[in-house]
Amino acid sequence: MNIAVIIDNLPRFAAGLALTLEITAISVVIGFCMALPLALLRVSRNPLLWMPVYGYIFYFRGTPLLVQLFLIYYGSGQFRDQLEAIGLWPFFREPIYCAVLSLTLNTAAYTAEIMRGAIQAVQHGEIEAARACGMSGGLLYRRIILPMAFRVGLPAYTNEIVFLFQATSLVSIISLLDLTGVARILISRSFAAYEIWIFTGALYLAVSYAIIWLFGKLEHSWSGHLRDRPGVQLAPGAIKQAVALR
Amino acid sequence: MDSLFDFHGYGWMLWDGLRVTILVGLCAIVVALAMGLLGCWGKLSGNRAARIAADAYTTIVRGVPELVLIILVYYGVTTLLQHVLQAIYGAEVLIDIDRFSAGVITIGFIYGAFATEVFRGAFLAIPKGQGEAAKACGMNRVLIFRRILMPQAWRFALPGLGNLWLVLIKATALMSVIQLDELMRKADIAARAVRLPFTFYFAASLIYLGITIVSMLLQQRAEGWANRGVRRA
Repeated sequence: MNIAVIIDNLPRFAAGLALTLEITAISVVIGFCMALPLALLRVSRNPLLWMPVYGYIFYFRGTPLLVQLFLIYYGSGQFRDQLEAIGLWPFFREPIYCAVLSLTLNTAAYTAEIMRGAIQAVQHGEIEAARACGMSGGLLYRRIILPMAFRVGLPAYTNEIVFLFQATSLVSIISLLDLTGVARILISRSFAAYEIWIFTGALYLAVSYAIIWLFGKLEHSWSGHLRDRPGVQLAPGAIKQAVALR
Repeated sequence: MDSLFDFHGYGWMLWDGLRVTILVGLCAIVVALAMGLLGCWGKLSGNRAARIAADAYTTIVRGVPELVLIILVYYGVTTLLQHVLQAIYGAEVLIDIDRFSAGVITIGFIYGAFATEVFRGAFLAIPKGQGEAAKACGMNRVLIFRRILMPQAWRFALPGLGNLWLVLIKATALMSVIQLDELMRKADIAARAVRLPFTFYFAASLIYLGITIVSMLLQQRAEGWANRGVRRA
């Protein structure tokens, strides 16, 4: 084992990990902000509202992220003249913006679908009770439906964030130096393939489980009123479920 | 600007790529199901070593990005084998795993970890008394597995496995990184040849979407088949 190659390059790994986390964080935040209105449109009964959203969600969930990334980064080149005319070309020229855009659109679709499921899982009785108390529209959503839906959707959303974090490794294919990109460059220079890959994999593993642990804490505190007595832990399966398929 | 879907005679490449994608996907799902059953046996068996191995397998595979695993398995395992064989025989050995097998093994290995969890949930969903009843009827373990457990496990596992297949077929696009001539790489080559990236990647995305739609329809039928004889409220 050649540990020196890892120790010597620790600053590079740190920079790569920072870029990975940065891309993940930006995509998660913007994706979440997009997903909420999308989910509300998706549960609407008006076909003019839910059908376009359904199409968007279906497209982004039904095609590989790699294709979406290439479509935005390389595909935009086909419309270079038009993009230049409206001044958007500087945006599409930069791999980092294209990476964030495709990851954001992708995670917004998945998150909207998670929220839709969670909103529809809110029990009728609770909505009826709220209506009987005189709540309607925005108030009903703000006080009853959304808090309940966030709690129900949190495990699936944890999953989505972990998947998004791992999916950022694809941005190395469009020449960005995220954690995977750094690892690929270092291997081509040093040929210490095992050491570098194992270290990179371990970093991803650690952050993935850190995310799961963090959201597990959040889930625990949000479900306080559902636990029957203080000091009782959530079922041991809860963390494992969080890593299950999306 | 000419029509968006003018392939300039390169449309056949997408067709070639589609065939490879589906073939890789089908072979990989078979490997994944085998790995999944093995991993599930490991997790549910009383054997401590098997349980630890299965837990390590699912924990590591699900915590590391597919792309990293693909590159690691494709380049790492071949060189590892070469080093090991070199140490044993003393002479230089050159191993060349063809890309198709490498792709099938890697994708199958990764999604085997997810299949493990699906199968584990499915087998745990079968009431324990049924296995005991079968045992009381004098069935041996293989017969219990074949006649009692597996037919019911399919029913519980199908939604999860359908989901797994949808994720798996999309993951085959990553095989273009190791230059396997599947749909994504063919689209890439064609896009560079005629300088129409949007046209070809968009066409490829619609083909993936088509695979997804067909798979979902088949999944519905399969679930109907697996649930035959189950009374519904």
